[in-house]
Amino acid sequence: MTAVAFSMFFQFEGKTGTMNSVLKIENLHVRVGETPILNGVTLNIRQGEIHALMGPNGSGKSTLAYTLIGHPKYEITEGTIEIDGVGLNEMDPCERARLGLFLAFQYPVTIPGVKVADFLRHAVSNVRNPERKEGENLISMREFRTELRQIMGQLNMDEEFARRYLNEGFSGGEKKRMEILQMAMLKPRFAILDETDSGLDSDAVRVVSEGLSKLAGPEMAVLIITHHERLLEYNIPQHTHVMLAGKIVETGDASLAHELHANGYAEVRKRHPEEAAREQQTENAASAS
Amino acid sequence: MSTDVVEKSQVDIGAYRYGFHDPTDKYSFTSRKGLDADIVTQISRLKGEPEWMLEFRLHALEIFFQKPMPYWGGDMSDLDFQDIYYYVKAADHQGKTWDDVPEDIRRTYDRLGIPEAEKKYLSGVKAQYESEVVYGSLQEDLAKQGVLFTDTDSALRDHPEIFREYFGTVIPSADNKFAALNSAVWSGGSFIYVPPGVKVEFPLQAYFRINTMNMGQFERTLIIVDEGASVHYVEGCTAPTYSSDSLHSAVVEILVKRGGRCRYTTIQNWSNNVYNLVTKRAMAYGDSLMEWVDGNLGSKLTMKYPAIYLMEPGARGETLSIAFAGKGQHQDAGAKMVHCAPHTSSRIISKSISKDGGRSSYRGLVKVNKGAEDCRSNVVCDALILDPESQSDTYPYIEIDENNVSIEHEASVSKIAEEQLLYLMSRGLTEPEASAMIVTGFIEPLVKELPMEYAVEMNRLIELQMEGSVG
Repeated sequence: MTAVAFSMFFQFEGKTGTMNSVLKIENLHVRVGETPILNGVTLNIRQGEIHALMGPNGSGKSTLAYTLIGHPKYEITEGTIEIDGVGLNEMDPCERARLGLFLAFQYPVTIPGVKVADFLRHAVSNVRNPERKEGENLISMREFRTELRQIMGQLNMDEEFARRYLNEGFSGGEKKRMEILQMAMLKPRFAILDETDSGLDSDAVRVVSEGLSKLAGPEMAVLIITHHERLLEYNIPQHTHVMLAGKIVETGDASLAHELHANGYAEVRKRHPEEAAREQQTENAASAS
Repeated sequence: MSTDVVEKSQVDIGAYRYGFHDPTDKYSFTSRKGLDADIVTQISRLKGEPEWMLEFRLHALEIFFQKPMPYWGGDMSDLDFQDIYYYVKAADHQGKTWDDVPEDIRRTYDRLGIPEAEKKYLSGVKAQYESEVVYGSLQEDLAKQGVLFTDTDSALRDHPEIFREYFGTVIPSADNKFAALNSAVWSGGSFIYVPPGVKVEFPLQAYFRINTMNMGQFERTLIIVDEGASVHYVEGCTAPTYSSDSLHSAVVEILVKRGGRCRYTTIQNWSNNVYNLVTKRAMAYGDSLMEWVDGNLGSKLTMKYPAIYLMEPGARGETLSIAFAGKGQHQDAGAKMVHCAPHTSSRIISKSISKDGGRSSYRGLVKVNKGAEDCRSNVVCDALILDPESQSDTYPYIEIDENNVSIEHEASVSKIAEEQLLYLMSRGLTEPEASAMIVTGFIEPLVKELPMEYAVEMNRLIELQMEGSVG
């Protein structure tokens, strides 16, 4: 299918924000318990852009993702997160979701007994109507059903998915597709994909990648956290960032992603001895404890 | 369908919705407080009972006085048997239409939604208000097929043979202290007889309402499902919120004959000042199926362990139990399965939720008698604890006197994981919405066994319980 056909399918409704909203991360320091994980991350993402975030294990990529959506375990000690000048630091995850942030989890959580459709209808009602109070009406069943069916069709998902319990008994690939389905229904302004391609066979990666490429567009920015190149083949990033020891040490274009994939992080470590040393210290401390 | 459930469950915000009460000054009769042979005799005389029933009552009263209070289960130290009204009659006759029911009382049932439900999906209704049934109906075609659905007092009067044949045979007065109490002062309750082969398609419902402060409600229910017949009976219970306590102590006896089928669903939502001490037992004969679906949401203390005696080969018993213990509540609930014959099977599924310092206890017994070989029993109990102040306990008893049997018992206790809350909140749900959704999901395997209307009701009640203390 062509890009034009897709944009016909995905008619994005206007969000409360203006076009070209900006997610601004400024000098972000984060710790978990007493351990500092992020050591001054600065990153600007504009609506419509695709960014890739790469880096070795333990460099802080998932920490950044969780911090952005407001995981209570991750404590911001310094720095700010803003969308169009509105500070997010003090907001809970629910408020951030209503502002248009979304994380496709690396390990989606199982909620036994809760049907996908019931959960999604509730989520969609809240995110599309950020002023909605608990107990107020949900979006109409008919409207929701029609849209859900349409989007599931586009993602090649069986309708039976909607009646299953959220992530219960799902295979790895099914969980990742469920994340993409949620993203498609919630239509965030800023989507973060945390290792959405990990643990998937190549067919599943293709399905997820194609789904993502249908969704990414002028209304949605994507931050793709990945070890692999495969997801990026379908979704070419304008910007590639490399994280080392809790800091973004390099930024380039798509070619940087190819280079990292081909050569690993040895060269990056050489170019950034200070961060490489800190990485080593952290690892030693971890293995000693 | 289930999405509607979520929506409806969101409609009301507040704690206990049924805490209102009606004026009591127009009542036809209220006994003096306290319990003795005079009170028991007075109840029996007022009802115009035969002599044998008076003797039955007085004998039970002696047993009640002799038996000690149970030392296990919940705390009943505040329960004063002499500070209770044992018989309260609000209306002087039973209505055949809602128009015949006194206006105050009718309004109460309107607020509870009973006449509405009756029109939509019930085969018959009994409404008990205080000690007596104030309204009764049964679809005409069922009556023509010989189905009896009446209050238990009328059954004693109008169907004396069948009544006397079965009454007190499943649960004798000496079974336990509260069965003895009920046997002494019983009033109201439902009597159902389903003739051989008759299948009652839509549920029969009874609704029990306590209105008076310090009232004791002691309904007595007797259900006989004859060979190859089937029935689904549903009861709901509410009471006003008072500062002093009321007592609800029912006895329910059920016989399911060969090839018969009976499902008994309770949605108990008493206010938090009611002691709910109930004895329920069924005897299931050859190839029959008995099911208890037991939802315990309200009350101060509930002690209730619906039992099934599997009397003949091929009998099956199943109990699904949901308990929700909120602030100041103790739900001590469970089930008993007694395998008296070979080739019988039983299943117990129990789910409990504890919140705001509430305590839920699962107490269950699986017993296999000598000679009852090739029996199967499966017990699953899951507890969900929502905060550190709340408590859950499990007391499973297993007594096996036969070798060739298969008994399984699984138990789990869980808390709402931070990761689950984060996941749902990251999709725009508030923390209370996320908790409520997790709880709804936890009980879903049981709720989906309920007919649609009750599933909606159950989800709504759980939702209200959740909201009552959040925020």
